[in-house]
Amino acid sequence: MATTTTDIDADTHHDHEDHHHGPEPGLMRWVKTTNHKDIGYLYLWFAFGMLLIGGAMAMVIRAELFMPGLQFVEPQFFNQMTTMHGLIMVFGAIMPAFVGLANIQIPTMVGAPDMALPRMNNWSFWILPFAGAMLLSTMFMEGGGPAFGWTFYAPLSTTFAPDSTDYFIFAIHMLGFSSIMGAINIIATVMNMRASGMKLMDMPLFVWTWFITAFLLIAAMPVLAGAVTMMLTDRNFGTSFFDAAGGGDPVMFQHIFWFFGHPEVYIMILPAFGIVSQIIPTFARKPLFGYSSMVYATGSIAILSFVVWAHHMFLTGMPVAGQMYFMYATILISVPTGVKVFNWVSTMWRGSMSFEIPMMWAVAFVILFTIGGLSGLMLGIVPADIQYHDTYFVVAHFHYVLVSGALFSIIAGVYYWLPKWCGRMFNEKLATIHFWWAVISVNVLFFPMHFLGLAGMPRRIPDYGLQFADFNLIASLGGFAFGLSFLLLAYIVVDCIRNGKVVKEARVWESAKGLEWTLPTPAPYHTFNEEPSRELILKESSHTGDNH
Amino acid sequence: MQSKDQYYVPEGSYWPIVGSVGMAAMLGGFASSLHGGIMGTGIMILGLVIILFMVFGWMGQVVHESESGLYNKQVDKSFRIGMAWFIFSEVMFFAAFFGALFYAREFSVPWLAGEGNNMWTGKLLWPEFKAVWPLIEMPKPEAFVVPKAVIHAWEIPALNTMLLLASGATLTWAHWALYNGKRDQIIYGLMATIALGVLFLGLQVAEYAEGYGHLDLKMTSGIYGSTFYMLTGFHGLHVTLGTIMLICILMRVIRGHFDADNHFGFEAVAWYWHFVDVVWLGLFIYVYWFV
Ligand code: HEM
Ligand SMILES: [Cu+2]
Repeated sequence: MATTTTDIDADTHHDHEDHHHGPEPGLMRWVKTTNHKDIGYLYLWFAFGMLLIGGAMAMVIRAELFMPGLQFVEPQFFNQMTTMHGLIMVFGAIMPAFVGLANIQIPTMVGAPDMALPRMNNWSFWILPFAGAMLLSTMFMEGGGPAFGWTFYAPLSTTFAPDSTDYFIFAIHMLGFSSIMGAINIIATVMNMRASGMKLMDMPLFVWTWFITAFLLIAAMPVLAGAVTMMLTDRNFGTSFFDAAGGGDPVMFQHIFWFFGHPEVYIMILPAFGIVSQIIPTFARKPLFGYSSMVYATGSIAILSFVVWAHHMFLTGMPVAGQMYFMYATILISVPTGVKVFNWVSTMWRGSMSFEIPMMWAVAFVILFTIGGLSGLMLGIVPADIQYHDTYFVVAHFHYVLVSGALFSIIAGVYYWLPKWCGRMFNEKLATIHFWWAVISVNVLFFPMHFLGLAGMPRRIPDYGLQFADFNLIASLGGFAFGLSFLLLAYIVVDCIRNGKVVKEARVWESAKGLEWTLPTPAPYHTFNEEPSRELILKESSHTGDNH
Repeated sequence: MQSKDQYYVPEGSYWPIVGSVGMAAMLGGFASSLHGGIMGTGIMILGLVIILFMVFGWMGQVVHESESGLYNKQVDKSFRIGMAWFIFSEVMFFAAFFGALFYAREFSVPWLAGEGNNMWTGKLLWPEFKAVWPLIEMPKPEAFVVPKAVIHAWEIPALNTMLLLASGATLTWAHWALYNGKRDQIIYGLMATIALGVLFLGLQVAEYAEGYGHLDLKMTSGIYGSTFYMLTGFHGLHVTLGTIMLICILMRVIRGHFDADNHFGFEAVAWYWHFVDVVWLGLFIYVYWFV
């Protein structure tokens, strides 16, 4: 709540205190900071920490599934692992990592000095460690942590859940609050801090996709908050939202959850589309093909994502008319998704391609994400989904889109922008090894899951029949290898920051375009103190020729 | 958009981390108290106090910076965008509960009574159950508190509707006065709005007392009681917050803050109040009236 001064001259007198000094020394810099880069780095490190924790849980899962029979963990604990793994990866790793990239990159890409609401930006981040700790603490409570799957369906999560579930509920509230504030900040930054010479259709695609994602977040996260609030009162205050005996319905939980949940999966993939759309033109040395169709496709996906949710619920006994509607709507959403894939391929078509590390990840993204999209199409077809639902085929699908999709794009983005951030180049030899190691192992890990699912192996079960043994063994081996690859990634990043070869060129990648590459390397603490001109913006547009 | 040759980036702040600590303490304490943790309630209250301390400290700092002329038009616009989309997120929060209400009325209750292709659901689970709305007798009445009746729309709720609508008008009257620089009128308009808000809350309390005391309409009264208290409860909470914010704005007006060009704080609270108003209309129509 505040008013403002009428004239802008009034704010010139204080600029010496705020603008021109560097970061404050010591640890408090990170606690108090209002700097978008500081906050972005905090987000990225937090996400990486959570990725390792969630990854360790995945290792437990794959160890247990290495062989048929129960080896290492109790079934109850196994269920806690699948639950926490999913929650931590979605809310602790992927989403914060994207917000971190948005924080660092968006102001530099729209020619702004910082995010629009820097203090709120700090708060969005500093809620996360508390929420993450609360979520993780449930595992050490009496009765164990949540074990009902990351989708926490009622009545498993209401009537039959441990006491710790209430801590889980509040952790979700906090995470949601943080996401909403982060999204508001991104919207305000794009709308209000963008250089005045940059029209909407001049914006780089990473900015566009995040802008649209922010609206998805603001619309979807409060619904999740509503869902967990109803869980809370059902559990503790005797309401009967999800209890048929009182006139409610456990299936209603699924509707509300997936009304959030499906937009949520697009929240995790639209920024990925943005990153890949930045990288591919750089290394294909061509303007992005079909810039405006990319923008419209992103918008259509966002709108459609709110009207397809019940494709997760085909087997809940919904009327046939409902199944038909949700099937066609789901299939429809793959049209704009396909437009994007074709645009990336057309951008590369006859380009002067070179395969630097970020480009390799981007190309891997295009291929592997497409595999995930195709299995999604299969799942969207009702008669087929009757067979596939709740099997490892679904697990294969969403890991292709989320791991070799969303996560790969994050890694691609980090490799692409890291030299800009720290003014040093990573060890390209090691990074090449890392790339092949990860790409091969991720496929060894997830591809066999398609076969397992088609053959009928159910998900979220710690034991399985002998006929599934071989593919599970292969998947587990791939899983351990993939898990190890993240230690290599950690080494590469730390090594780059500490000892990497110094890079001085502003344009780290020779044909990269965008305002971020006009800033000195390493990127200065405060981004743009003066607004970049329209000529510069047009010159730096990664899609000139297509749109101008 | 104004010229941007000078940008404003605020200095670092401890308030966010204070807010996070408060939030974690409040929610963690609450969860603990739900399961008989001895310290739970204490920690929850401590957390709430920390949050209040944070809100007043943070807002106080912002008001101070604003009054000392640090902000420019761009900052003002960022605040506006932020507030507008925050309110939209609140709309979606209420949408979840309205969704639950519609779902129960249109689907789950009729289905439980065997409508559509759910004949066996009705026959096998609770064959006695009849679908009516408002749902007095739930499928398994012995497990719940069966109310004697529900709150009638044309008594307190209708009066409350008038009060809130009137408060929207008095607030707009104050807003006009702000544009025309009539400070007395701003103060009277705000006072009237606050009074109407407080009156609304008082009547809401009376209504709850009626529900709990005489009608046996409780949160534990099946899906009707659940949706009723969830929707009106969260709405009441928002009216409470809105009233507190209006009081803050009133005090600022008395201290001479705001003028025709600069009154984001005033306007944000006004938007919020109108939003709460609109939610109430939805409540009145779907919770009380069309039953
Ligand atoms: C081409 C577009 C896509 C289509 C047609 C599609 C379709 C589907 C369908 C029908 C299901 C439900 C399967 C079942 O439970 O039986 C599903 C599950 C899932 N999808 Fe997709 N999907 C698509 C893209 C994506 C993307 C881009 C993501 C995330 C980045 C994603 C993430 C998920 C997740 C996480 C689940 C599993 C949820 C769970 O039950 O735990 N999908 N998808
Ligand atoms: Cu979906």
